[in-house]
Amino acid sequence: MPYRLLRFALSRKHPEPRMFTRHDSLKAGYDVVIIGAGGHGLAAAYYLSRDHGIRNVAVLEKGYLGGGNTGRNTTIIRSNYLTPEGVRFYDESVRLWQDLAVDFDLNLFYSTRGHYTLAHTDSAMRTMRWRAEVNKHFGVRSEAVDAAFVKRGIPSIDMSCGGHAPILGALFHEPGAIARHDAVAWGYGRGADRRGVEIHQQTEVTGIRVQGGRVVGVDTTRGHIATSKVLCAVAGFTPRILDMIGLRTPIYVHPLQAMVSEPVKPWLDPIIVSGSLHVYVSQTARGELVMGASLDPYELHSTRSTLDFVEGLSSHMLDLFPFLGDVKVNRQWAGLADMTPDFAPIMGVTPLEGFYLDAGWGTWGFKATPVCGKTMSHTVATGRNHPLIEGFSLDRFAHYRLTGEKGAASVGH
Amino acid sequence: MKIMVCPLNGPRPVAEFAYGGEVRRGPDPDTCSDAEWSDHVFNRSGSPGLKYEWWCHIASGFWFVALRDTTRDAVLATYRADAVRRGLPPAAEETATADAVRRGLPPAGDAT
Repeated sequence: MPYRLLRFALSRKHPEPRMFTRHDSLKAGYDVVIIGAGGHGLAAAYYLSRDHGIRNVAVLEKGYLGGGNTGRNTTIIRSNYLTPEGVRFYDESVRLWQDLAVDFDLNLFYSTRGHYTLAHTDSAMRTMRWRAEVNKHFGVRSEAVDAAFVKRGIPSIDMSCGGHAPILGALFHEPGAIARHDAVAWGYGRGADRRGVEIHQQTEVTGIRVQGGRVVGVDTTRGHIATSKVLCAVAGFTPRILDMIGLRTPIYVHPLQAMVSEPVKPWLDPIIVSGSLHVYVSQTARGELVMGASLDPYELHSTRSTLDFVEGLSSHMLDLFPFLGDVKVNRQWAGLADMTPDFAPIMGVTPLEGFYLDAGWGTWGFKATPVCGKTMSHTVATGRNHPLIEGFSLDRFAHYRLTGEKGAASVGH
Repeated sequence: MKIMVCPLNGPRPVAEFAYGGEVRRGPDPDTCSDAEWSDHVFNRSGSPGLKYEWWCHIASGFWFVALRDTTRDAVLATYRADAVRRGLPPAAEETATADAVRRGLPPAGDAT
């Protein structure tokens, strides 16, 4: 047995089919190079190969597949945003999510739970009504609901929140869902791989070659690649890539931390978000509570974890659910969030011809994975922004035309 | 980073401080173009490195400048704002100025 195991480990021809093909070397050139094998990059590769027939594509990943924010988020999927641009875009994403598992032939554990955004003040209630009306206008199922509705939906919640932040009502978003985030990256990766896309892990981009205002190639730690189209989908590493081509953007990077409890029996069906308490929480199929809070308060390019975060988030969790006092925290981690001033992403073409950007996804990128792949693959294939992402272009800042999503994108900002 | 040395109050827990963004010099609003102004208003140096930043000790309301390595979450030095106006101590200035110049910022001695 040990001998067979050793032979298996050393063999180049694994008898079991793997999720992805391992390519020993890079080709001299590709039609499209995608930097970053996270959900967004792999989704773009998948739709490029499936819908646009562009299969000579390399996805380059400095670390391992899905090891960045794709594997670090709290997996919440929703479309109850504030701006028309946001609502249309995320609603298309929710639609794509729903039959993704069939597309992939892979169980994504997509679970529609319903999503409560709690309001603890009159002004928060006003924002909830605003969001509900914008959502309904675009056919998205959201309702501003009162305190009694919240109590019926979440019987175990302390409506007074420890006496200092009583819940007045909520925005209830029925399609709110969670999914298994690793499977999303694997599903898109496998789908792209089967169509001829090459995924190269442990391959860091060290430079981007430009000639006459056009992209002509990419330098990596494993050699040079000639290409005329580069898609950058690297979340918190975006500024480092953009420095290579001298492109300035408003992106700034703060860590976002999250944590997970030990598994407990299923008791929390919906997803709960409270902007005032800086909490979002859902219970996974395994029974763990996945919890997140607001951004770390200053710029940092490290995924270190802090005790402050666990203490603060736990205290707010206990305001909502005092009976969790004896439940233990199992793990905590952090990801690098690429933030923008208006809390909307930066997507599409850039002043450098052949360089496409899918960035500024801050703390809200996971839910948009399918629609980002779809719209960015269209943008890369045609060289023009997809109509759904026009509100997210980089030049909106130069024209002072921001897409203000701050009230709906996240908590505690 | 758990402790930061405030130039006024000495070593204090980092929770007592608020981050005020990178020390930057803006263009003259009367003479600059719209493009220069929007670049100043929105664009940031997002890459990690040694950066001079504004920090505030909340309890005393004291604003000062810190030289921080944003890769490691380590504060290398803190300065009273008037000390920065006159120019930074040479040891820190050398690395930080080189870094600032690399990122297209004015030399640290000019920072206000």
